[in-house]
Amino acid sequence: MIEFQSVHKQYGNGTVAVQDLSLTVEAGTITVLVGPSGCGKTTLMRMVNRMIDPSSGSVLLDGTDIRERDPARLRRGIGYVIQQAGLFPHRTVLDNVATVPRLFGNSRRDARRRAAELLERVGLPNDLGKRYPVQLSGGQQQRVGVARALAADPPVLLMDEPFSAVDPVVRADLQDELLRLQDELGKTVLFVTHDIDEAIKLGDRVAVLRQGGYLAQYAAPDDLLAEPADDFVTSFVGRDRGYRRLSFLDSQGVCPEQADTIRIGDTSADVPSRAGWVLALDHERRPRGWLLPDATVDGQLTENQLLAGGSLYTEGTSLRGALDAALSAPSGLGVVVDADGAYVGVVTARHVLDLIESRRRSVTTEGAVP
Amino acid sequence: MDARGRKGAPELIVNMIAWLADPAHWRGPEGVPAQMLLHLYYCVLSVGVAVVIAVPLGLYIGHTGRGGVFVVGVSNAMRALPTLGLVTALVMFLGLGVVPALAGLVILAVPAVLSGTHAGVRSVPTEAVDAARGMGMTPWQRLWQVELPNALPLLIGGVRSAMLQVVATAAVAAYVGLGGLGRILLGGLAVGEYDQMAVAALLIALLAVFLDGVLAALSRWVVPRGLVLANTATHDGS
Repeated sequence: MIEFQSVHKQYGNGTVAVQDLSLTVEAGTITVLVGPSGCGKTTLMRMVNRMIDPSSGSVLLDGTDIRERDPARLRRGIGYVIQQAGLFPHRTVLDNVATVPRLFGNSRRDARRRAAELLERVGLPNDLGKRYPVQLSGGQQQRVGVARALAADPPVLLMDEPFSAVDPVVRADLQDELLRLQDELGKTVLFVTHDIDEAIKLGDRVAVLRQGGYLAQYAAPDDLLAEPADDFVTSFVGRDRGYRRLSFLDSQGVCPEQADTIRIGDTSADVPSRAGWVLALDHERRPRGWLLPDATVDGQLTENQLLAGGSLYTEGTSLRGALDAALSAPSGLGVVVDADGAYVGVVTARHVLDLIESRRRSVTTEGAVP
Repeated sequence: MDARGRKGAPELIVNMIAWLADPAHWRGPEGVPAQMLLHLYYCVLSVGVAVVIAVPLGLYIGHTGRGGVFVVGVSNAMRALPTLGLVTALVMFLGLGVVPALAGLVILAVPAVLSGTHAGVRSVPTEAVDAARGMGMTPWQRLWQVELPNALPLLIGGVRSAMLQVVATAAVAAYVGLGGLGRILLGGLAVGEYDQMAVAALLIALLAVFLDGVLAALSRWVVPRGLVLANTATHDGS
């Protein structure tokens, strides 16, 4: 557990980075510090491993004031991941990851064995260990950065905008990977970002900071979207908060219906007679696209004759995906797939909205009869 | 030497070969091998002393980030010093001899090594230094394990340019009594033997190329492979 007790940071030139701020980060959770630049989020995070000492107030780590700890020893027990990964260019990937175990005095062989385990854990192939950082992509470097921070198995992990320098697809992968790792490891993670979507996706709790180092709101992401504390938080979480909040609504009550389907390679004889949209599937029953109503098939059906489909909704995930699937499909029918990507059925936007409405009604009624 | 040199270039080469072929020039303390070794010795010694002085200083200034202005100022001021004037002044103050002349060479070598080392440490990516601190390296560990290895390419670059400068200046220092290939050069000048001067100049140039090659090989041996790869990646196509 990390406790900030009315910490205050004023720099020599008079700039106040953090304003008498108190915050508790629960053990085993991901807490995200989010806010625009100049809100003091990085300063606050760097107080935990004494990269910056507060001007007043104190930071407690599991109940102990960190000022009583030697900075270097304290830091070895806290994982640290930064934006550009900060890998050592002169060391191999394996030796980069082995750094902290070596600082703890482990033999080179033990440290490297541990490093190899960690590379596997963050989803990197073993032979990557022999390469140098310059030979890796940005996403791979960031994974190595995470592996290096985890190598000594620290209970606390500090992450300073670790994924903001990679492209959106890789970023989403890295975020999923972090959530998966967190499920396995249950670290106390303090994560800094300026991206509210990232904060909402990753955080068990999100602290929104405002310029000048004020804590604007500290809440679970769902509550942040549902009840922003003030105008600043409202504008910071953005216009789509109603839509984004669907990320927190589970799929209970979604009943996919059956659409007309056809297989790639089928001929016009196989097109269902009813004149509606027809979904084309491949041989593993994965959706490939739509056939316009009343369309004819020349010879065998190929992918070029299809209209590209919308996003796919994986069964059991949040309602945001279901609504998006329906809205993005040319047919207005959101395609539902199972975990393997095989076709299950379709949902309409109307169906999803009705579900949301009925949930809201039941919540209000329950709330009214306590 | 102009008129004669231009007219008789082939003749000069023939005469140079003849000079070199004369066994008398290869014997004794005034012979080519002895003077060459002496020249080599003075160069290695003065650059070595300069490294001992300038590398720790450059590492300290680069590591702490304090005194960068000092490095730039001192380097520029010292580079502006006229080589021969400096050596002559030292000899005038300290008297003729090997030590004042060598002191002059050391002073000439220091700025290049100092600024190379300083630039090397400053060139280490700030994220890597931040990560080193953040993961719990002590300042010494950071210096030895991160800053020094990453500074090596520019550090050795500084040593190489210092060495080239010193090889050339050591020849001029024969003027104030330092032994080495400069003796052969000045000896030739004194008696108007241009063949001998040309041979000496050629030998000095060869020595410079040889020493630079040795340092280049050293560089390949000590610079970590990851940095070599990083440099080829960034300089490709430039």
